[in-house]
Amino acid sequence: MWIRGLLLLFIFTTILLAGCSNTARDVRSAAEVEIVNVSYDPTRELYQEINKAFADHYKEKTGKKVTVTQSHGGSGAQARAVIDGLKADVVTLGLAGDIEAVAKKGLIQPDWEKRLPDHSSPYTSTIVFVVRAGNPKQIKDWDDLVRTDVKIITPNPKTSGGARWNFLAAWGYVAVHKKAPEADAKQFVAKIYRNTVKLDTGARGATQSFVKNKLGDVFISWENEAILAQKEVPDQKLEIVYPSISILAEPPVALVDKTVDARDTRVVAEAYLNFLYSDEAQDIIGRNTYRPRNPTYQQKYAAQLPPIKTFTIREVAGDWTQAQQKFFGDGGVFDQIYRVK
Amino acid sequence: MPGHKRTALPGFRWSLGYTLTYLCVLVLIPLAACFAKASGLTWEQFWDVVTDPIAVAAYKLSFVTSLIAALLNAVFGLMVAWALVLYEFPGKKLLDALIDLPLALPTAVAGITFANLYGSEGWYGQYLSFLEPDGFVGHWFSANGWFGENLFTVDTRARGGPLSIVIVLMFVGIPFVIRSVQPVLAEIEAEQEEAAANLGASRWQTFRYVILPAILPAWLTGFALAYARGLGEYGSVIFVADGIPGETLIPPVLIVSKLDQFDQQRSAFKYEEAAAIAVVLLTISFLTLVAINLLERWTKRFEPTEV
Repeated sequence: MWIRGLLLLFIFTTILLAGCSNTARDVRSAAEVEIVNVSYDPTRELYQEINKAFADHYKEKTGKKVTVTQSHGGSGAQARAVIDGLKADVVTLGLAGDIEAVAKKGLIQPDWEKRLPDHSSPYTSTIVFVVRAGNPKQIKDWDDLVRTDVKIITPNPKTSGGARWNFLAAWGYVAVHKKAPEADAKQFVAKIYRNTVKLDTGARGATQSFVKNKLGDVFISWENEAILAQKEVPDQKLEIVYPSISILAEPPVALVDKTVDARDTRVVAEAYLNFLYSDEAQDIIGRNTYRPRNPTYQQKYAAQLPPIKTFTIREVAGDWTQAQQKFFGDGGVFDQIYRVK
Repeated sequence: MPGHKRTALPGFRWSLGYTLTYLCVLVLIPLAACFAKASGLTWEQFWDVVTDPIAVAAYKLSFVTSLIAALLNAVFGLMVAWALVLYEFPGKKLLDALIDLPLALPTAVAGITFANLYGSEGWYGQYLSFLEPDGFVGHWFSANGWFGENLFTVDTRARGGPLSIVIVLMFVGIPFVIRSVQPVLAEIEAEQEEAAANLGASRWQTFRYVILPAILPAWLTGFALAYARGLGEYGSVIFVADGIPGETLIPPVLIVSKLDQFDQQRSAFKYEEAAAIAVVLLTISFLTLVAINLLERWTKRFEPTEV
């Protein structure tokens, strides 16, 4: 008998608590706003700092308290999560193709890329090489990567968004920079991937393989991951090599129209995205080893992020949709490298 | 009621109803949904996806490595269960508790640790250079070695090769054989063995005709569980294996890569194609498990009958 009593008591308390938390939430929402930022993997530390600065900035300006909740994961997986129902007010992903996928599902206005300056990417990065202490294999530029004595670490572009930038950088070096015919570019990237000894599923896994497991002579990597790897193991004296030219990686941001309209968070979400272009945020971006758009802060961090010649994704493939189809789709250029033995 | 036997035990309807609901909600419906998803493809599309050379190489890799790992686990798991049941030694309780750890540990952690241990400077890795293509064993099996030249080439590398997958699959599969065999072994009364000895059976005969028939079904179950577990493993394998398509890429990675592909024409992710590969894996695993079940039933004929 007493078990039944206990059960009833339990159910009753649960309902009571649920009710309480609901009302508590209602009371809070008048003075407090919460927005969700769905982002990709390596931006954890960056957004931690930005969110804190934004909360202070917003409180000062409007008197409202804002909390930004972060979600991180692989860029493609995050886009899929948003499409499958993860309520994101803003998405800050690794490549435009992933935001485009969310937009295609009608969650974001099709013109999203033009709504903010610089193709909606408040910061950039580039692709560089990490080599062992003293650069024993003398790797200086992209051409050195196709030498038969060089072992490469780069993640699988079919599972890693970051790795797609690596692929496109190598492709662009031949097709855009050298203006060589496409067949040459194909051969060039095929040689690079034949030299690749481990294709990890994600960028962090590849860093592990190169740094902890000491695989490979050169690690093709995002600049910020490269600097991070260097800091992680100072005793290994890893060196960063800047190729003569690389790709301008532009991780974009966008407002998720459907969510902000449903939750009435458009104003704060817009303020958040605009804040990314402010002096304060650009400074934080530089400090976190991403390249600021603002020239003042580019100069401020030029010692760690030296100027480098770049080409854009638009020059390489038109846009992400086309790049995705042509290079990374089933039977695309990447697949062909492994089909033909 | 025709076909309904009354039993002395209460709660038949309740427990059966619950069992069916439980299995439907958690197993049957999700699996059926997977098949339904794959049926969104036409037969030709389905065939193209599942017979892609990279996919076929991936199934082969997965089935062979899981099989080898499960076989090794069957042998060594039986030995461990034997030691734990039949002998007393200090630290036995601790060792016994240790066996379940692979089930609790996130396998990605195991993968990272193993990748480190087997790296060129790792604890084990530094002694395993002979398995690399330039080492003496590796060379023998490579395209330039005797075995590779005359028979077929084998990737013997413990770093990133199929062997590394076998090793992590052995790790994740350890508990299954031990935990299946242990209770059965413990139940065999010492009297049975003594009786066999009294009747003049040698130690080997006692094992062969008394112990083995008793534990065989449980042993096979343990083997099947370890094998199935190996087929589904993802977290640890992606860290130890090189992941080169057509060589060291396992099917789950292929599935994930399909999920990441946005199909522009239909503006949808390639769930159907991912499901198609999953269907192949499920079907083959299911057939294997059925075969092992049949084998198990067959071996039960040799079980000593209860008196």
